Amino acid sequence: MKTRHLVLLLLFLSGVSLYIGNIQITWDDLITWNQEKMDVLLLTRLPRLLSVILTGAAMSVCGLIMQQISQNRLVSPTTGASVDSASLGLLVATIYFSSMGYMGSLVVTAVFALAGTFTFILILRKVQIRNMVLAPLIGLMLGGVIQAMATFLAYRFDMVQSLNAWMIGSFTWITKGRYELLYICVPLVIIAFVYANRFTIAGMGEDMSTNLGVSYARIMNLGLAIVSLVTASVIVIVGAIPFLDLVIPNLVSLYKGDHLKRTLWGTALFGAVFLLVCDIFSRLVIYPYEIPISLTVGSIGCFVFLTLLMKKGAV
Amino acid sequence: MKHRRIIAVLSVLLLAVMLAFILPGLTVENYQYFLSQRLPKVVAIILTGSAIAFSSVLFQTITSNRILTPAALGLDALYLLIQTVIVFTLGSVSLLVTDKNLNFVLTTVVMVALSMILFRIMLNRENTNLIQLVLVGMICGQLFRSFTSFLIMVINPNEFVAIQNKMFASFNSVNSGILMIAGCILFFAVIALRRDLPVYDVLALGRDHAIGLGIGYDRIVSRSLILISILVSVATALVGPVTFLGLLVANLARQLADTYKHSVVFMISILMSALFLLGGQLFVERVLNFETTVSVMINLVGGVYFIVLLIKESKL
Repeated sequence: MKTRHLVLLLLFLSGVSLYIGNIQITWDDLITWNQEKMDVLLLTRLPRLLSVILTGAAMSVCGLIMQQISQNRLVSPTTGASVDSASLGLLVATIYFSSMGYMGSLVVTAVFALAGTFTFILILRKVQIRNMVLAPLIGLMLGGVIQAMATFLAYRFDMVQSLNAWMIGSFTWITKGRYELLYICVPLVIIAFVYANRFTIAGMGEDMSTNLGVSYARIMNLGLAIVSLVTASVIVIVGAIPFLDLVIPNLVSLYKGDHLKRTLWGTALFGAVFLLVCDIFSRLVIYPYEIPISLTVGSIGCFVFLTLLMKKGAV
Repeated sequence: MKHRRIIAVLSVLLLAVMLAFILPGLTVENYQYFLSQRLPKVVAIILTGSAIAFSSVLFQTITSNRILTPAALGLDALYLLIQTVIVFTLGSVSLLVTDKNLNFVLTTVVMVALSMILFRIMLNRENTNLIQLVLVGMICGQLFRSFTSFLIMVINPNEFVAIQNKMFASFNSVNSGILMIAGCILFFAVIALRRDLPVYDVLALGRDHAIGLGIGYDRIVSRSLILISILVSVATALVGPVTFLGLLVANLARQLADTYKHSVVFMISILMSALFLLGGQLFVERVLNFETTVSVMINLVGGVYFIVLLIKESKL
């Protein structure tokens, strides 16, 4: 699929996403500026659409960066402990820094996500891994440890059910004024585009990148910072969306190869399209109610991932 | 001789903790009631601890990997999903929730059946390696977890209390009927394993060496996996998930024993496992006054140990 087609598809789906919902909005309302209906459109549906697109694109790009940094196709923020450590961060922010608002939660969550991801990458660098599949296993186990810490805290403050509810990725509550933090992803994704080539080089290892004139440590830290900040903002505003960051980059690279400069656009667009399709599906399947998008993405993503894993050589 | 001493020391320690658990406050008047409360707990802890230690050591041997445990197969997540589905569909007062025996049998059967299906699918293909099997199990675990989360989100908070009780391992809810069933299953598992003990010593050399030395690798691995899934299912259905205990005791036992002989490693890991669980339970009950649960504590300690292990180990 060409980039052009993806853009057209995204535009079409955006139209669909704006249209569906309990209150019908017609062209007439747009032209005559029916205040009540325009409010529905501008205060809830448009913010929702924008946050879906932002999340889809940014998380997929993060997955790609993690792959490049670790030189392993199965590593992503979900399998690399970033998401779990971000959830621990969010819990800590809520318990101890609740007076600081969304911005404070973001900072604390990002710091935790950074620490978790950094630990994971450090471990990957230290141990020699014989089998590619082991890297995500280590990440998932590390994530389990961090989850255990979160549960320990949550149990003491009687917040097990709340913690569980926050971590479910859902766009249901998105309205104007509640999603703007996600815009932080825009500059981060742009930086990722600018530095794309250097991430590829850094992934080749410290010696190689030093030889090629790329400051290894700096690029590595930049990549981890981008991943952590994006993950944190998505966790704080939307919640966890499992497998999105793992499946999209792998699917795109099946068709477009591994040249990061070439795949980045495709990954970002495809991520947005995929998440939008899932969002529309989640809203329609038990209309007028909806199911959380993490469930839709989780099921589809799990299925796709297992298929990829079974097909020899695909991943 | 060294091993015998270690085993003796551990046994004495275990006995001491057991006495510390059972004896305090016991008088002639109340001993019947106290014992009826405390003895099943001790038996449950020892059974669970043995099953977890056993299955973890076995799993590490067949995957020739020291950081993996059966917990990675997603059985914990499956257990929680089953409990959540029961509470969600039938309510927290249904027979399947309140009747512990029924719940135990149903959970064990479903868990064993589903893991058999997974093994069938994964091991009948060409070129499968066990690591891949573990990853598939783990991914399925994630999927189960997202279903569980969804159900937990929509469930009524009062009903959630019934699930939360299941989320953390607890030894307060066992009764002698379940213990009998679990004990029998474990006993037969041990009998089944006894014959294979020397085989595991060879298996620890790795797949290629084991096949070269005339071991029916595929057969023994699938038999071990079935045994593991039964053991883990029984342990989980008995008390609830204790994810990182296996990792902790299997590695400590290997470190302490420093031998290839599985009979020794099994023995030490089982003793340690029971010791940790019982000690942890004692600590939670008497020192922390039930402020937290023993599984949360063990996961915390085991988790930290896991990270240290990862950083120290240079080859995986």
